[in-house]
Amino acid sequence: MSARGLRWIIPLAVVPVLILLGYAFKLNPREVPSPLIGKPATKFSLKTFDGNQISLEGLRGKVVLVNFWASWCYPACYEEAPALERGWQAFKDRGLVVIGINIQDKDEPARKFLTEFGHSFPNAPDPAGRVSVDYGVYGVPETFFIDRAGNVRYKHVGAVTDAIFKEQAERLLGERS
Amino acid sequence: MRALAAVALLVFAGFGVAAGAPATGTAVDEEQVREIGSQLRCVVCQSMSVADSPSETAHQMREIIRERLAAGDTPEQVKAYFVDKYGLWILLAPPRQGFNLLVWVVPFAGLGIGLVLVAVLMRRWSRQARASAPPAGPVDSAMHERIKREMSEPDR
Repeated sequence: MSARGLRWIIPLAVVPVLILLGYAFKLNPREVPSPLIGKPATKFSLKTFDGNQISLEGLRGKVVLVNFWASWCYPACYEEAPALERGWQAFKDRGLVVIGINIQDKDEPARKFLTEFGHSFPNAPDPAGRVSVDYGVYGVPETFFIDRAGNVRYKHVGAVTDAIFKEQAERLLGERS
Repeated sequence: MRALAAVALLVFAGFGVAAGAPATGTAVDEEQVREIGSQLRCVVCQSMSVADSPSETAHQMREIIRERLAAGDTPEQVKAYFVDKYGLWILLAPPRQGFNLLVWVVPFAGLGIGLVLVAVLMRRWSRQARASAPPAGPVDSAMHERIKREMSEPDR
């Protein structure tokens, strides 16, 4: 085994590096997998902008969509807002609830946002960030789909579209708990 | 927030009455909060710890650390809570166990192997160089004369 005989191996050293780079460049560094999928959704109880108390526990048996948003989150939160309202209108009679949770925001612009889009589903601020950390939220918008049994089934990062809303709502509403 | 402050006030007042002095024993060690925060990734930042970030989210996370410590959690339990919610990604340093152990071991192993390889090759090369050099035979007197003459000649 002379040094000359092994020389052809040297260029091969780039192969693992190329494989690693090829793999890593395909990943989206902003997309962090949530460990919460399949696990029971953490309970929360918040006071809505209207002054009502809303708690996740009281919604067991329904499919719940929890949407984290902020009024400064432009454009994604503004893009998804109409889709959320449309989805809520379309599915509320079939046992689906949409809850908006306003995080990292101020009261006045948040209320203005809600008025602007005419949101009719419950929306509540999370002033201390407890609920957002409980849900492992790292940016807005993020949306969690919770099944009838109270488990987190799907997390969507970025603006929710009509298609995503419909697909997940149909899937989870179709399940019997 | 206000409710929390009220609760904290009540708790402190309770302790004050019970101990007859301001409760300092129950106060959370800020150094410990910093220590835990420095090991957690600030989720809204790029490569910054919860302890270092001035962001609102990091501030809230420090508050949660404080609250959990005050409730009697150990630093390990506090970190486990965040890992539970965000995954191992939240830890700035991957844990030294399982598959992640590779991240810690491979660089040092690579360095060690590299050093051994260099040492072996250097020894081999120097031995080869010695072996392949033409034998340095004795210089006879005629050659000696010639070298002397040519060295003293001016360059043309």
